[in-house]
Amino acid sequence: MPITEADIEKIAQLAHLEITDDERRMFAPQISEIVTYIEQLNAIDTSNVEPALGGLTPAGEQTKSDRDDQVEQSLGQRVALEQAPDPAGGYFRVPKVLG
Amino acid sequence: MNSQILELRQNIARGDTTARKTAASTIDAAEKLNGSLNAFLQIDRAGALKRANELDNDPNRNDLSLAGAPVAIKDNICVKGLQTSCGSRILGSYQPPYNATAIDRLIQAGAIISGKTNCDEFAMGSSNENSAFGPVKNPWDLSRVPGGSSGGSAAAVAAGIVPVALGSDTGGSVRQPAAFCGVIGFKPTYGRVSRYGLVAFGSSLDQIGVLARNTSDAAAVLQVIAGRDVHDATTADVPVPDYIGETEKHLEQGFRLGVSRALLGEGLDDEVRRSIAAAIDTYRELGAEIVDVDLPHAKYAIAVYYIIATAEASSNLARYDGVRYGFRAENAPALRDMYRRTRDEGFGAEVKRRIMLGTYVLSAGYYDAYYLKAQKVRALLRQDFADVFTRCDLVLTPTTPTPAFKFGDKVDDPLAMYLNDVYTVTANLAGIPGVSVPCGQSAEGLPIGMQLLGSYWAESTLFRAAHAFETVRPFTARPPLRADS
Repeated sequence: MPITEADIEKIAQLAHLEITDDERRMFAPQISEIVTYIEQLNAIDTSNVEPALGGLTPAGEQTKSDRDDQVEQSLGQRVALEQAPDPAGGYFRVPKVLG
Repeated sequence: MNSQILELRQNIARGDTTARKTAASTIDAAEKLNGSLNAFLQIDRAGALKRANELDNDPNRNDLSLAGAPVAIKDNICVKGLQTSCGSRILGSYQPPYNATAIDRLIQAGAIISGKTNCDEFAMGSSNENSAFGPVKNPWDLSRVPGGSSGGSAAAVAAGIVPVALGSDTGGSVRQPAAFCGVIGFKPTYGRVSRYGLVAFGSSLDQIGVLARNTSDAAAVLQVIAGRDVHDATTADVPVPDYIGETEKHLEQGFRLGVSRALLGEGLDDEVRRSIAAAIDTYRELGAEIVDVDLPHAKYAIAVYYIIATAEASSNLARYDGVRYGFRAENAPALRDMYRRTRDEGFGAEVKRRIMLGTYVLSAGYYDAYYLKAQKVRALLRQDFADVFTRCDLVLTPTTPTPAFKFGDKVDDPLAMYLNDVYTVTANLAGIPGVSVPCGQSAEGLPIGMQLLGSYWAESTLFRAAHAFETVRPFTARPPLRADS
């Protein structure tokens, strides 16, 4: 299916990406070509196939991965904020939410 | 070729060298070659020397299986105190506050982390041209790509800077650069190595792998990093065999090697085809029975992969929003603008392309047509391999359709770049292990790699078969640009 520049704009909005006019013009034919390529899967009859969800092997499926419900040490506020672009008073500060 | 890790351990134990001397010469080599190769994004002289000193003063060091072994780490695996950029501006100089489980295990076994290696941004690429910090060069020919995405790790090992390095493999990102650089690249079964601390790209496909100059060293590293980890619920409770011991064993009587003629047809470079034919002959001489096998859905693997991998990536990369860590765009008037500008300025073109493709295939109205369909074909591909492994022990294919290509050859044609992964993506979709082994050189002297694929948890068989080949057909050629030249 052809992907138009308007489609690219809509997808970029959904993905929280701001893209330039140049990028829109570049991406539309490239993503069209890739989507056309992946549509070859339509030729395969999958009506009786269960989808493979996730990547686990049979042994991985059988592995018990829960743990006891005990509190473990966490990073803590100081370390968690250390790499933040704009920490303030123990919080992550962001621009106003309603523009 | 003998195990470099074992040799170093013995030399340290005998007092012929020290961990500190080894670490210093490794860092010197990394610094000397990095101007040409751009393989490292960070070289950690201070950290490596400090850890080496501790090791030299540790009375139990001779019990450690990787004592003093220099290891380079792909820059999408977290090492506390070093940067983890993933080759992206959006993380930049981000320093994780914890070690990946694989890193903790390497350090406990005596390994010395030399630095962080360059890669395609968020491991998305087959040429390293997608790194925000410039591409890695192939030490065999600086005008050619080293492969990707673990190109820095492959180049560092090929150039003899480090004996081993960690990479990550989502669609071939360990095996493909290994083939292009003439080294071993090992991708374990999904769930064999903890992904805790590996920055997520395609969570159902990602697996940490090992790059090495020989199978014994790859086995020694996998031995240490494999196994169940409570921090990664997808690691499986499967015992870790003695990989090093298994590597030394002969091929079993009645060993059956599967070859798919369909995978050796159109699109395969003639020199690669000849090398693969010679490799098949070598296995026959080693006593293997060659079995014709068919993987009817392998031809759809690239299409399935680029739906599933991009869908998972679009979700995993939603976390880069400029709030908690990494880069934030300045002067945005409101939160939504800040998100959008941060992601626009922080991500490169290929990452945006894949986020958009993934967002598209998951969007309302298209989910069933693309994502669900891809998961169903993934199930068919898994069944193909399950059927094949009732008839043979391993499957042999080329690792890549061609030897290393030139910079710029495919950079404007994303689909042509994706098709380069045709032989490697199947293992990630099926969750099975695979290894790329150097098996020849082109007329121009470029390395050619063959790929062995095994059933779930068949790492031992892969090591044994790779080692048997390496013993009779050792790949002794070295790149012109290297640490000891």
